Amino acid sequence: MSDTIARPDRFGSNAGQPMTRRDGLAKVTGTATFAADNAREGLLHAVYVPATIARGRVASLRTDAAEAHPGVIRVITPANRPALPGDPEAKPTRFSFAIEVLQDDLVRYAGQPVALVVAETIEAATEGARLVTATYEADPPRTDLDDAPDFGIDTPDFGAPGDVVHGDPEAGHAAASTAIDATYEIAPQYHNAMETHAIVAEWDGDRLLLDTPSQALSMSCAAYAYLFDIPVENVTLRSPYLGGGFGSKAIPNGPLVLAIIAARDLARPVKLMLTRQQMFGPVGHRGQTRQRIRLGADGDGALTVIDHENLAATSSFEMFLEPASNASQGLYAAKALRSRHRGVRLDIGTPGPMRAPGEASGSAVLECAVDEIAEAAGMDPLDFRLKNYAETEPGTGRPYSSKALRECYARGAEAFGWKDRPREPGKMRDEAGLLVGWGMGTAFFPSPMFAAEARATLRADGTAIVETSAADMGQGAWTSLAQIAADSLGLPLDSVEFRSGHSALPDGGVAGGSGHTATAGGALHAAGGNVIRQLGEMAAEQPDSPLFGAGNARLRAHGGRLHVEGDETRSDALVDILARAGKSELVASGKASRPDEDAKRHAMNSHGAVFAEIRVDPDLGQMRVTRLVGAFAAGRIINPRLAESQLKGGMIWGISFALHEEARHDRRTGRIVNADLAEYRVPVNADVRGLEVITVHEDDAYVNALGIKGVGEIGITGTVGAIGNAIHHATGKRFRRFPIRPRDLLAT
Amino acid sequence: MSLSISTTINGTTRDIALDDPRVTLLDLLRERLGLSGTKKGCDRGQCGACTVLVDGRRVNSCLTLAATLDGAEVTTIEGLAQDDALHPVQAAFIENDGFQCGYCTPGQIMSALGLILEGEAGDDPERIREGMSGNICRCAAYHGITLAVQSATRRMDAEQKGDAA
Repeated sequence: MSDTIARPDRFGSNAGQPMTRRDGLAKVTGTATFAADNAREGLLHAVYVPATIARGRVASLRTDAAEAHPGVIRVITPANRPALPGDPEAKPTRFSFAIEVLQDDLVRYAGQPVALVVAETIEAATEGARLVTATYEADPPRTDLDDAPDFGIDTPDFGAPGDVVHGDPEAGHAAASTAIDATYEIAPQYHNAMETHAIVAEWDGDRLLLDTPSQALSMSCAAYAYLFDIPVENVTLRSPYLGGGFGSKAIPNGPLVLAIIAARDLARPVKLMLTRQQMFGPVGHRGQTRQRIRLGADGDGALTVIDHENLAATSSFEMFLEPASNASQGLYAAKALRSRHRGVRLDIGTPGPMRAPGEASGSAVLECAVDEIAEAAGMDPLDFRLKNYAETEPGTGRPYSSKALRECYARGAEAFGWKDRPREPGKMRDEAGLLVGWGMGTAFFPSPMFAAEARATLRADGTAIVETSAADMGQGAWTSLAQIAADSLGLPLDSVEFRSGHSALPDGGVAGGSGHTATAGGALHAAGGNVIRQLGEMAAEQPDSPLFGAGNARLRAHGGRLHVEGDETRSDALVDILARAGKSELVASGKASRPDEDAKRHAMNSHGAVFAEIRVDPDLGQMRVTRLVGAFAAGRIINPRLAESQLKGGMIWGISFALHEEARHDRRTGRIVNADLAEYRVPVNADVRGLEVITVHEDDAYVNALGIKGVGEIGITGTVGAIGNAIHHATGKRFRRFPIRPRDLLAT
Repeated sequence: MSLSISTTINGTTRDIALDDPRVTLLDLLRERLGLSGTKKGCDRGQCGACTVLVDGRRVNSCLTLAATLDGAEVTTIEGLAQDDALHPVQAAFIENDGFQCGYCTPGQIMSALGLILEGEAGDDPERIREGMSGNICRCAAYHGITLAVQSATRRMDAEQKGDAA
């Protein structure tokens, strides 16, 4: 069975080719092993009991019925929980959050674990958890932005964004001849990867073996090592496949740690898999925001100011403010820019990064506000954006490392047919009498890099092993990273075995921020390059080599050989160089990160333009996105097939942000009332049609050695605004709350 | 207590002594028979990740009690590929990039096969979208899924016509 479709037009390097997924075969046959698929001799099952109030304390816990249930082995509560050496409220790694692991009787949010039931079977553990009865001393829950006083940030940090000001915002307001002042609200959203958080934990003395999905293997191991006070090398974490992550699987959470505690306590392997309902609490979410945005423009339609204030919810005990207003930095050439942040402490689980954190929520508001002011200024929304096109980064004046946004606008508009859009809203209807609207938004996402390491081993038979602990949560790391690695060694893809998803491998860094291909790929590129460099040096000193005396300067690796560029007669097989040197293999390491000087010199971002068509039923308020065209410029695309899928997925997240996703709290108990996949709406297949992605070529010599900018998150940005603007164009009404619901349309 | 059922799973008839009447088909497959290809996404019939075929019809295995399956024929993702060849639906999912993380994929593929066998959708994308809407894909590979089902439908039709001729 072949997992790679032969393509007759394929030549040259592996990168840039639309390979099918290398893990495709495993995934379509059911043999891809996700964490909870792991069986173990003597495996126990754990299910935790969630708090049914949002604020207060557990007054009593009755566990006798659970303990008497056949198959139940242990009920762990704060009263009998084995000691945890590390402090669950400390921050062992930069991105850590305080976790709830039965350390006290306080209830901080609904759904917080208050007891853990361990049993011989999943059925007994589930029933045991149901049989634990808790009574509470409840305080009134605070679950909405108005329920508690707001606060500012004294010391900016991860999760605590600092204010940013460029130019003179007050002067910008004063200079405006057209202005808008609008306040938008965005409901809390939950990641809901299809694979709920899961773990199989097993101790062997003070060695810990974990099967658990992780977007950051090395960082997770460091956190577990801290919590259980064991050397980090004693933690083995296997995460070959993640059933989706979207930001929620980067750091350990309380339930996973409880399973590890139980496994050590009972000296047996323990499996814990969150129920879908439990995904709404201890494992992060996109925090609720209220954003006030004020824009001013002069008589020519040039922005004089973008002034964006963000109010974001965090938990009562931890800090993560959705950095939404930062999205107003870096995109439009306003003379003055101001992004401010304030927080509110609520009785909710701690929010965290969720696909395009900050940018998604901020861009939704910015792009709608730009539409509002374009309309106020009497300009076409695209013309207004072009009028305010930033040739250098607004505020800092730094050049962009590359920016093909103008081409994105042009190609997206052409594919969509934007020029035929009537300026005035409410003018288009389809044959069935539905209102039709067209809207657009600019997509924007930074191109960060983290740090990663990799190892490449060339073997005597001409094959290679390349290794890094990368994470494939669906973006295609198994494939695109192997493509990069094969190129770095000048080998065909089929000659390269790519090992990943295991903590014993070199640190592949964090799969987040749309920076994983650039970062882990950069490390693989460096490792392969170091193998090639050494081979070049060896060949130069081998009298029998056609490359004798050639040196490394003009050498190029391709097709399993080293070539002297420009001299067809001089080339040598990698394996021959290795054989002459009497080596059975050659191993080299590589690292990648972005030097600070590079990061300061250029502004580095992916860009795009999204155009949306919506049909609105004026009687029922039903809204359907019928066309969505996105044109994106994101540097070098390693695998167009997979990149397109990522971009489409992001755009569909945009549909769902604009029209579907919203967690609703019961005001009396503080519980989320729609905590499942029937009531918390995410798109299904029938919600998606007319989707088109265009990628605009971009060569970027500055962003990193491979010219990669990242495609994982940008698809949401731009899309939400485009849909909001399309609804305005269809109905003539502006809705300033996401998701926009049928009842909002009917209420006006 | 013990409850015995005789069930054909992927073509092999098994006599299964159930250790617990509460066992669902999903947990029977995953936790007792080592068939972990079928996935648990919600455990209450809302996401479709656990879709398998029972007597040729697609069902949510999380909502099906194993004890009800005496005499039934169950097909899971592990039962599709024959010898060394992928089933046309499996191949079509790879070719059309009908998945990203792959977690919902076994359920999508079983649901797609069930839909094709039902014969109601043909290769009409609107009907396919509707018929596949019981299977949530959070990565949102829906575009590829629809193309994959269209392509597999055509291929299976062609194969059937080839067989008939």
